Amino acid sequence: MKELIKKKLQEKLSDYIIDIVEFQSDLTFVIKAENLTIISKHLRDDVELEYSLRDILAIDRYTNENRFEVVYNFFSIKNKLRIFLKIKIEDAESVPTLVDVFQSANWYEREVFDMHGIKFYNHPDLRRIYMPEEFQYHPLRKEFPLMGIPNSISLPRN
Amino acid sequence: MGIEERESFFTTTIDSLVSWARKNSLWPMPMGISCCAIEMMASADPRFDISRFGSEVMRFSPRQSDLMIVAGTVTYKMSHVVRKIYDQMPEPKWVIAMGACTSTGGMYRTYSVVQGIDQFLPVDVYVAGCPPRPDNLLNALLEIQKKVKNGNQKSKREKIYIAE
Ligand code: SF4
Repeated sequence: MKELIKKKLQEKLSDYIIDIVEFQSDLTFVIKAENLTIISKHLRDDVELEYSLRDILAIDRYTNENRFEVVYNFFSIKNKLRIFLKIKIEDAESVPTLVDVFQSANWYEREVFDMHGIKFYNHPDLRRIYMPEEFQYHPLRKEFPLMGIPNSISLPRN
Repeated sequence: MGIEERESFFTTTIDSLVSWARKNSLWPMPMGISCCAIEMMASADPRFDISRFGSEVMRFSPRQSDLMIVAGTVTYKMSHVVRKIYDQMPEPKWVIAMGACTSTGGMYRTYSVVQGIDQFLPVDVYVAGCPPRPDNLLNALLEIQKKVKNGNQKSKREKIYIAE
């Protein structure tokens, strides 16, 4: 099944896919940011695939180029197969939102924005989701100290 | 409580009567934020039975409570809520910091967790443990009862630490 899906996706999306990585049972497609919407629409609408979005996360590799990776986790209940889409971006580069294709991307993208500071353009409501609104930093970036920055989050008066 | 300025037999007796009543009906405000709350609930079950000490009335209403049991990891975002609820409780009031997280931040040495709620609340008794046994919570309650019985302000601010 997995080989079939892989082949099918390879044929259909060969123009958009930069690289395919297979590690243990994970299947990852490295793609360009601008093709994200087309690919995920295809994953959703193809009756043989019927993929839905499960999670969005980001990885800070703390390198000079391609610093961040945004990873989209898709799962097809029909085929019982999970695939990942991966976008490599520079620091301060932004990614198109997936909210038009999957509504559930809304809060996932807010989480990634809150934790890594990656902006999603055309997102309807890109606010922080975990940290207080007035917080200045993005905690999961590698340069952020584990214990935080003193007095950056307010406490109630004693 | 002074009806007269001078301490007469009458006023001191009233005082001790009031604090006796108060000490045996400490109504907790259960501020159960995470896993310690399970152990706090266990202390109310028939086996440990907090009602032996008159504190079984866990009302989720700060205006009826005189003892706040903070049981769980207090994040910076939650700290404002905890403080607001504390402020809504009528005087006189007492606070138990239950568990390692509440007392010191515990194993969560991170940017998001307050490293000890005494940074924004006046804590009376700290209970060690992760989570503390219900017996330890009851011990803390007894310590608070001692404080209430003594009644004076000086001993109220003295901090008590209960080991695991
Ligand atoms: S002290 Fe332990 S049991 Fe209590 S809230 Fe913290 S982690 Fe949970």
